[in-house]
Amino acid sequence: MSFEIVSSGFQHRQRTGTPLSQALKTGIVFGVLSLYLALVGVYLTFDKSWVVVNVLSMGRTLLFVVPLLAGVQFARLNRSQSRAVQLGGTLLVGLIVGGFTACLLPVILFGNLRVMFVALSSPLAKMLALGLTPVLGAAVLVAGSAAAALFGALLTVMSPTVRRPITVGLAALAVVALLQEVLQLILRGGGAAFSFITRGLFQYGGLTVRGAIIVFVAAALVSIVVARLRAPFKARFAELPPGAARFLRQAGIVILLAAIIFFPLIGGSFVAQVFLLVGLYALMGMGLNVEVGLAGLLDLGFVAYFAIGAYTIALLTADSPHALASMSFWAALPIAVLVSVAFGFLFGIPVLGIRGDYLAVATLGIGEIVRVLVLSDVAQPLLGGAQGILNIPSPAIGSFELATPTSLYFLTVCCLALATYFAFRVQDSRLGRTWMAMRDDEDVAQALGINLVKTKLLAYSIGAAFAGVAGAIFAVMLKSIFPHSFQLLISINILALIIVGGLGSLGGVIVGALVLIGLPELLREFGEYRFLLYGAVIVAMMRLKPEGLWPARIRRRETADA
Amino acid sequence: MPDALLRTVNMTKRFGGLVAIDSLDLDVLPGTIHSVIGPNGAGKTTVFNCIMAFLAPDKGEIWFDGERIDGLTPDRVAASGISRTYQNLRLFRNVSAIENILVGMHLHLRTSWWSAVLSTRANREEEREAHREAERLLHFVGLRGRGDVLARNLSYGDQRRLEIARALATRARLIMLDEPAAGMNPRESRELMVFIRNLRDERGLTVLLIEHHMQLVMNISDRITVLDHGQKIAEGLPDEVKNDPVVVEAYLGTRKRHPAEHA
Amino acid sequence: MEATADKSATPPAGGDLAGAPRARPGSGDGGMLGGLRKVKRFTFVDVVLWLLRIGVAFVVIGGAIGTLIKGRYEASQWVDFVVFGLTIGGVYALLALGYTMVYGILRQINFAHGDTMMAGAFSAYFAANYFKRNGMLESDAVIAMVVTVLVAMIVCTLVALTVERICYRPFRHVRSLAPLICAIGASFFIQHTFRAMYGSTVRSFPDTSWLNGDVSLLGGSMPVTQVLVIGSAAAAMLVLYLVVHKTRMGKAMRAVSEDRDAAAMMGIDINRVIVFTFTLGASMAGIGGILYMLVYKQVYFFMGFLPGIKAFTAAVLGGIGNIPGAMFGGIFLGLVESVGPALFLDGLGVPAPYQLKDAIAFTVLIMVLVFRPEGLLGERRAKRA
Ligand SMILES: Nc1ncnc2c1ncn2[C@@H]1O[C@H](COP(=O)(O)OP(=O)(O)OP(=O)(O)O)[C@@H](O)[C@H]1O
Ligand SMILES: [Mg+2]
Repeated sequence: MSFEIVSSGFQHRQRTGTPLSQALKTGIVFGVLSLYLALVGVYLTFDKSWVVVNVLSMGRTLLFVVPLLAGVQFARLNRSQSRAVQLGGTLLVGLIVGGFTACLLPVILFGNLRVMFVALSSPLAKMLALGLTPVLGAAVLVAGSAAAALFGALLTVMSPTVRRPITVGLAALAVVALLQEVLQLILRGGGAAFSFITRGLFQYGGLTVRGAIIVFVAAALVSIVVARLRAPFKARFAELPPGAARFLRQAGIVILLAAIIFFPLIGGSFVAQVFLLVGLYALMGMGLNVEVGLAGLLDLGFVAYFAIGAYTIALLTADSPHALASMSFWAALPIAVLVSVAFGFLFGIPVLGIRGDYLAVATLGIGEIVRVLVLSDVAQPLLGGAQGILNIPSPAIGSFELATPTSLYFLTVCCLALATYFAFRVQDSRLGRTWMAMRDDEDVAQALGINLVKTKLLAYSIGAAFAGVAGAIFAVMLKSIFPHSFQLLISINILALIIVGGLGSLGGVIVGALVLIGLPELLREFGEYRFLLYGAVIVAMMRLKPEGLWPARIRRRETADA
Repeated sequence: MPDALLRTVNMTKRFGGLVAIDSLDLDVLPGTIHSVIGPNGAGKTTVFNCIMAFLAPDKGEIWFDGERIDGLTPDRVAASGISRTYQNLRLFRNVSAIENILVGMHLHLRTSWWSAVLSTRANREEEREAHREAERLLHFVGLRGRGDVLARNLSYGDQRRLEIARALATRARLIMLDEPAAGMNPRESRELMVFIRNLRDERGLTVLLIEHHMQLVMNISDRITVLDHGQKIAEGLPDEVKNDPVVVEAYLGTRKRHPAEHA
Repeated sequence: MEATADKSATPPAGGDLAGAPRARPGSGDGGMLGGLRKVKRFTFVDVVLWLLRIGVAFVVIGGAIGTLIKGRYEASQWVDFVVFGLTIGGVYALLALGYTMVYGILRQINFAHGDTMMAGAFSAYFAANYFKRNGMLESDAVIAMVVTVLVAMIVCTLVALTVERICYRPFRHVRSLAPLICAIGASFFIQHTFRAMYGSTVRSFPDTSWLNGDVSLLGGSMPVTQVLVIGSAAAAMLVLYLVVHKTRMGKAMRAVSEDRDAAAMMGIDINRVIVFTFTLGASMAGIGGILYMLVYKQVYFFMGFLPGIKAFTAAVLGGIGNIPGAMFGGIFLGLVESVGPALFLDGLGVPAPYQLKDAIAFTVLIMVLVFRPEGLLGERRAKRA
């Protein structure tokens, strides 16, 4: 009966097969990936932004990153083969991937698939041909793919001392290129010293050639220096008395945390807006983490509590015909939390006896009922129907209104800190242990005297409380709310972020929110593809790294045990 | 003769057409080691499941210490002072050994979750005391120093021990062990025998034991009940049971089908 | 005799039972007490559950009475509701088969099943458009539709097998939520792949002359689409029933769903059976997708979600793992959803009751999961992991 949230006994199958069959397989898999990226329009979309302005577009880079990764993968699987086999296999892999991609050219130019695949347009053909004639372009594409695969394989087999600076340099280049818009924005706000850097590296739209070289070289140099200093530094660190070492480590964490928290202050209001969203999602993630990560109750209707928090604030504070009162935000906030808790409790009761995957569907049903009801004409007089509720005032401290993203962001950070502290304490308490026991084996837990009703309802209520706070802030952030903001999508996003961070891990919630909410917001190019990415990320994490980016304590221990 | 601590009266459990327990009257006297034996599929584990309220008996009553306990939920049964282990180990696998025991102590920890949030003195003291007791229990079952290991990473024998420790942690008066010696080597089962005796003699517990290991059963039991096809076919002191022709027959399987199955 | 013995709580004081339980109460009184205690204790959870039951019963009964008294709907309208219920119920039934068969084998919900259907509907849409353009959809309608159906079935099968390969196979021996979460991810991924490729605009099945108009049937007349949908769904289910009961693979599948380990010991190749099951389920989803598209005239990336959840509801209603049950559940849910708003809600004075059609379906879902997870038909309790 036990439900282990994530697979634990799952062993990756050892891949077997001759190098030839592996080359074919790898080539085909990555070839299909490349076709997929073309068909969903990724190549073309990313062709609009630059890695290096007017020299190299992101789309074209991506075109060769795919075979590069294929080369890496093949080389990893065939480390023990002879050089000749590695070389031949890698070339084959690259040629296959390139071939797959190049196949699109005749399909676009002579075929008639445009009616079915919108992405197969002449701009894509132009891009795939790299601006050359189709035949020449196809040849260059295939050859380039082979070269990229070779480069990837080479990176894999070369010694780490050489590899590290190159990969770090390339990674830095990628990050700077992707984040260039935000970076320029931030640097511009930073005064003369920064504007010097800005002019040195960027021009409108991205990095200059000089900038790219500087970034690459600088990052590579830093990597070399760090690699040199690391061993002596580690030795020194080990010599320190344990108290001092711990102090240093904690100080490091605090500084890092402070840097992240106060980053929006220098980043300006766009960055603050992004971080505000990250904070709200992290807050909800904390709540869902209590339910799913600690208590093992997979709740897909979680967005309902978020909505309830938001609507409570709207009804109690808005300057609108639907309002029931005109309280201040601060008076309404505790009520919003209480109402969320009450609903968490109430919705929890019917599903008490439902387990595992049935529970997921049942909670999804509850969430959908709430959404349908809110949208309907029945609730329209009360909740405003599809038109929502408008004119929600911003919270104010004295005469200071928390109207800007930055101020709301700090409000969120405070709530998040409280929630995190709360979750941290509860996790290690008797209640936390009870949750974990229930997650592992409900029947046995009950036979040890644990009252499942109370334990489950507490999990639902606490989870709902966090979501209610997030909803309340969300309402004042938008200043108006509509039922369309509370779709199943949100529940799935939150689930995705706690899985990426690591189920049951508090740090993981924050990391997950930063990665899944923050990055796509900062990367404009991702906009269209972020939900696609979420789906892929959920699957990939479950398959490859079920413990998440920041594993819960218990999972870390497990790797230590092994 | 003292009152029975646990008593089942006319307890019957059916699974569809199969009568897994047939009108079983079982009296477990306090301070004894009472064994239930019988061939595979006799219904022994089902008896435990009914007592622990994992299954609702179709008929009959269960009394514990003068209280009627059938119809309660498992947590209430546990609270009344019964605790058990499982034939196929059911530890909290993703939790450390010591936390497994701490979960077992749930019933007699008092401070609430918000005092943990506020980290009150009472809470901290209780936690400290609980950890101490858990360590003692680990020591008692021979798992000293293994507290931080995840339950599923313990060896099979250690997992069995941990399960017993977890059952003891509830401070139950009746402890039900379902084939604790399964998969143990002769030396380990001898140790187990001593251990179970200790439970009775030093801790004053009552033990209801299911076991296939005959030597162990005959050695430590105060009383033995033999089940076959859900029916009690014999009961008495080890020597009486050992020489009962009906029991021998049931074990050798010479009898065809039990008449009760047709009923 | 048995009944009385059952109720009496007094431990029988047989000759050898010298020590009756201490708290043994005085004779008659104790019988009462014990008898009461045997009735499950009434907690606040039970109160809420009873309120839920009573609330739903009130809506159903009160609403029905109210509607019938008001008499706003004529008999012919009720017939229309029922026919539409049968139509959409047939589609749910086809989808529910996929859930039920996979659950029977894997004991897991195929969360991406609705999206499999969506992929099938999209491919059928393109196939049909192709035939529309070259005129075959009018001139050789049968051939065109057969090919369209085949395309949908093949695409669905490809999608379903990929999902099985990625989300279910690796976790087969681990009891955990991982495959479910993985399938949720896959579902999301499939949806947004289609969104990325085709945007979020709603398309509709090409117009054909033979789809319009009414057929006269049993004195009344029915739209061709509905006759077609009901007929095709019934035919597809009949074929499926024959496949499951008459072919070797079908028998192997039933054996695995009874007891996987025993079947494996008998030499049945579990992997093949699972692939076969997903293929069958996906084929039904392919047909279901086309029919859904004919009923609602729309194709878009999110179209699989609602019918998916509803079909799952149908599968549970009929007793998950139970193939005829899924058919029954589908029809039942279709009828409730189609007749329900008018019958139950209108009578209570709910404005625009049709907006709440989905809420009715979800209420059915929750009611059945809470009160009868073994389904309306089955007494056999579905063994859950
Ligand atoms: N939950 C259940 N549903 C259906 N049948 C069951 C269930 N539990 C037990 N049974 C059946 O009841 C009978 C008695 O089973 P039980 O597990 O009590 O036997 P046992 O005496 O413990 O056997 P063993 O020595 O093998 O552990 C068996 O035939 C078993 O198949
Ligand atoms: Mg047993």
